[in-house]
Amino acid sequence: MSDQDKTKGIWKVIGASSLGTLIEWYDFYIFGSLAVVIANQFFPKTNPTAALLSTLATFAAGFIVRPFGALVFGRLGDLVGRKYTFLLTLVLMGGSTFAIGCIPSYESIGFIAPILVLVFRLIQGLALGGEYGGAATYVAEHAPVNRRGYFTSWIQTTATLGLFISLGVILMTRHFLDVDQAKSIAKFNDWGWRIPFWISSLLVLVSIYIRLRMAESPMYTKLKSEGKTSVNPLKESFGHKANLKMVLLALFGATMGQGVVWYTGQFYAQSFIENVCKVEFDQSRTILIWGILFATPFFVVFATLSDKIGRKWIMLSGMFLAIISYNYLFTSLYNIADAKQKTEIVVNTKIETTVKVIPNSTDSIRKVVTKSYFTDGMNMVSTKTDTAYSTPGKTTKKPAVAISKTLSSTDYWKMVGIVFILILYVTLVYGPIAAFLVELFPTKIRYTSMSLPYHIGNGVFGGLTPFIATLLTTIYVDNKIVGLMYPIIIAAVCLVIGAVYISNRIDPEVDR
Amino acid sequence: MNALKKYLGLVWIVLGPLAIHYLLQTASSEIAKKPGTDTMIQWGVFITVFYPIAIGFILFGLYALEGNYDHIPEKSAELVDYESKPL
Repeated sequence: MSDQDKTKGIWKVIGASSLGTLIEWYDFYIFGSLAVVIANQFFPKTNPTAALLSTLATFAAGFIVRPFGALVFGRLGDLVGRKYTFLLTLVLMGGSTFAIGCIPSYESIGFIAPILVLVFRLIQGLALGGEYGGAATYVAEHAPVNRRGYFTSWIQTTATLGLFISLGVILMTRHFLDVDQAKSIAKFNDWGWRIPFWISSLLVLVSIYIRLRMAESPMYTKLKSEGKTSVNPLKESFGHKANLKMVLLALFGATMGQGVVWYTGQFYAQSFIENVCKVEFDQSRTILIWGILFATPFFVVFATLSDKIGRKWIMLSGMFLAIISYNYLFTSLYNIADAKQKTEIVVNTKIETTVKVIPNSTDSIRKVVTKSYFTDGMNMVSTKTDTAYSTPGKTTKKPAVAISKTLSSTDYWKMVGIVFILILYVTLVYGPIAAFLVELFPTKIRYTSMSLPYHIGNGVFGGLTPFIATLLTTIYVDNKIVGLMYPIIIAAVCLVIGAVYISNRIDPEVDR
Repeated sequence: MNALKKYLGLVWIVLGPLAIHYLLQTASSEIAKKPGTDTMIQWGVFITVFYPIAIGFILFGLYALEGNYDHIPEKSAELVDYESKPL
């Protein structure tokens, strides 16, 4: 088949593959984005077993189950074909997402609720582990030789767009359930959070219909007709030194660094803006939404460039830029929202104190809300809650203080600019990586071989970034940006390995 | 370049056990600081997933030291003919 013929049908292939992968990312992220609401519904903190299940759901799905999904579905994809395997992952993901949206709360059915959530969350993790490798392989095996980066880049946009859509759907649902915003948020926390889960099922049905009509990958079909498919993809991928060394190289020289840059640029950035800079809920999310919107086209730009100059140096330049500029960029984010560096309009400060007597006690809960305004347009609400004891001299040792800042328009857009740069690094490392991984392994074991390093790099190294970074800030409390040590060190090791060991050559023949 | 690849192999071989040691040390001190099921699960997961990765890193270093990365396949097809060379 000529390159021109291949290009004709490839947009159908990209559409079918990308839509499904986009939905899978969306499904995976809405759980994470609604973690607090879900925890209140299913995992009451007062019950230690439910809290335990919550921790398991959070950790296991992302870090353990994803690589297992890569092995299970990768093997299946190399044995029975790409089409039916990534169709199966879509059905599993869509089904479990819809099911999570239907589970009655802990109050209604007790322990069965958190157990069901955990089971479906694990299925989500498994399905995600199988989906990406299938979609990337499927598209790459349809793509013309000299445009493999460009065509697979559409798959690469789906992870970021999935996050974008999940944030958008959640924000919209949260605000459109009632004219009164406070009531709308209350309704969302009560039952409205289920809507984003149900929306997924409609999208999944459309995607399944489209994928069912697609043909198997031509390279895999050719291999099958020649009787050359693998009989034991796991053994062939990881039991032979020649291939295992490439799996290790893909992990330590590419996906490990790519994973931490990806998660730092998107998830840790949002967490940092919300939890360290204390920017309010909506602004912290819309800042990320704008950043994603402006930066997403660059996935295609850099992947296309990689078709011309090779994948290696584009990916490594993303890691290099991240290493040298993360400290500066995150310090800038912190400074933008730092009240100490602003001038407060003291005459406008409002303090409201409410005292509520604790039933059957002489003590009271005291809440002091301080609203401060600054000359640059930022305002800050500080809510201090403590117990006012009736016993003279007795005070609360550590009052709970919640701070929420609303940035001025200028500062808001400054943050958008910084997040844009962070996501631009993501596009450098992530744009060409599908083509890079596809070209590293032969057709007969490609699905298995590329899925594992991808999901260890992203699920384990990348997925742990917010946790490890936050953990570091609890150990070294005086340094607000100490959490960046983790992605910087991992990216630096990966940069050295990638620069020294990886070849920049684009493989013209991936059909064997 | 091949000499550099080999020398760096030694670095990776040393880094693997160092990473495991650091992980175990941090895990034990964090669990001691905050004893509880949540902390145990978190660190249990960290150790479970990073331990095999660290072993993979040592293996990567070993392959580098042995000169297995002196030649990087220019085509994925080169990997098809490995059946005769199992681990």
